[in-house]
Amino acid sequence: MGRSDIGAATQRTPTTTRSNPARLATADAVLPPGEAALPRPPRPGLEARRWNKRSRRDALVFVAFAAPNVLLILLFTYRPLITNIYYSTLDWTLGAASATSVGLGNYVEFFDSPDASAVLGVTAIFTVTTVGGAMALGLLVALTLNQRLKGRTFARAVVFAPYVLSGVGVGLVWLFIFDPTYGVLSWMLRGIGQLSPQWVNDPKLALVMVILVYIWKNLGYCAVVYLAGLQSVPPQLLEAASLDGASSARRFVSIVVPLLSPTTFFLLITTLLSSLQAFDIIRIMTPSGNGTSTLIFDSYLQAFGSYNRAGYSAAISVVLFLALLIMTAVQLRFVERKVHYS
Amino acid sequence: MSWQNLGRTVAGGYLPLAMATLVVFLPLLWMLLSSLKAPGEIVTTDLALWPRNPSLQNYADAASTVPFARFFLNSVIVTVVGSSIKCILAIFTAYALVFVRFPFKRVIFLLILVALMVPPQVSVLPNYVLIAGMGGLNTYWGIILPGLGTAFGTFLLRQHFLTLPQAILESAEIDGAGHWRKLWKIVVPVSIPSIATVALVTIVSEWNEYIWPLIVTDHPDMMTLPVGLTQLVNSDGGTQNWGMLMAGAVIVLLPILIIFAALQRYIVSGLTQGSVTG
Repeated sequence: MGRSDIGAATQRTPTTTRSNPARLATADAVLPPGEAALPRPPRPGLEARRWNKRSRRDALVFVAFAAPNVLLILLFTYRPLITNIYYSTLDWTLGAASATSVGLGNYVEFFDSPDASAVLGVTAIFTVTTVGGAMALGLLVALTLNQRLKGRTFARAVVFAPYVLSGVGVGLVWLFIFDPTYGVLSWMLRGIGQLSPQWVNDPKLALVMVILVYIWKNLGYCAVVYLAGLQSVPPQLLEAASLDGASSARRFVSIVVPLLSPTTFFLLITTLLSSLQAFDIIRIMTPSGNGTSTLIFDSYLQAFGSYNRAGYSAAISVVLFLALLIMTAVQLRFVERKVHYS
Repeated sequence: MSWQNLGRTVAGGYLPLAMATLVVFLPLLWMLLSSLKAPGEIVTTDLALWPRNPSLQNYADAASTVPFARFFLNSVIVTVVGSSIKCILAIFTAYALVFVRFPFKRVIFLLILVALMVPPQVSVLPNYVLIAGMGGLNTYWGIILPGLGTAFGTFLLRQHFLTLPQAILESAEIDGAGHWRKLWKIVVPVSIPSIATVALVTIVSEWNEYIWPLIVTDHPDMMTLPVGLTQLVNSDGGTQNWGMLMAGAVIVLLPILIIFAALQRYIVSGLTQGSVTG
């Protein structure tokens, strides 16, 4: 999802997180273990011994099959969370052999400096606008795709395509379009008698630029998810409302929007998580982070930019992780509520 | 259909549909066409859509400025090796979680489920320190190893395995088949579409992966394409040489676009999984 943007995937990708653990667990219980269906033989003593041997064998098979993956996840996904907290208490130059402990010094420094308000502000603006923009535009595109039109399958694929593309490649393409002298955008602006602004050099406009490109890359995801939601709205409901004289705007507000609310909530969470982790586009379009330093990008710049400040970078990572944790907790609460609801 | 209806369909349907398609399509077309243009057609304020004399000169320039063929090879190696191992790990883990008896299965599953929500970006610094300490900077295994544990693929395949009918496995068991045979002779063959979905999503994300290879490689011979592209931007004369940069962007984007065009059904369903049911 990249793992970052595709998806992340990139990104991975947190797209599957909605499925609810409670229900999966019950599905698990319904499945009988292979042997359960066999009739019970007359000699329980012997059977118990055989059973034990079988269980041991199964346990060994389980470990052999699952251990490599589980160990990798522990080592490279869970261990860093702990290590980051430890690093964040150090005054440590990346690459240096020694470090001094500073307790919460890095956090104090971060929140005391003008960095904090700038970085948190940029993160908030970037996250809110990209999430809002991609979802709103995604819903509009989904509404269009939901009509019986020729070529809508093709259009759906085209609109989704940017979501699977490399953020680096996409960023470069748009950087060319935004070029104040030779870009298509400046050419269009000249057409209406305007001069192109300096998109990259002006911190405010640089942020606008990366937001627009990020929305372009991700709105197809929102559109396809919303489309699936729209297609599960029962047509009879809309027809009945139509017979009762409800206008199409009324039908949309009173029937479609409420029925889409689970989809909206799902998208809100998944796009929030991926926006908070957005890196590729920001890094390639604004390498020095002039006006575009989000938490993730600032954390990268502090450690791997020119500063080599590993401890400080780790502290920012921890702040980012806490933000993500809070959002995930909100999501889990929602899932729980849904279980009781249905 | 009356004229009024037709007008409404065009205004409310085809027009926005065409606009959305073009907004995505035109920038990519512009990239492709620009990569075929001569410098004089790019460094100009008088834009024309089609290149006058289409040539591959920009691609040659990119390849002589940075080792582009090497980047491509590295990306292919990392993607093929990384996603193959990930798929195999996912198949084994999902099979174990669904079909093998084990006392702490639920705990293991929760561990994997929660890992889905842990952002990989937060792990970058600790993993860098670990991999650097093991001598993994500028190596293939250093690029591939930290991303190998797969929560996404395991989760997706587990969901699919749970839907398989028990009867086919039970009959195999009566025939005396062990787990190894059941996995490769029955479970895998009937799960090809789901495995393909996992494989495609994994391939796409490995190919596009940026932050980790960017950090773990600083030698051009070991860079993957997205990292190499960054190198191209930073190179002398790279910043304004848009023709060459667009050629680089084409090399990164085109393989995935081709795969997507051919197999978009699997990729879209894999990436939006979990969103529909609720």
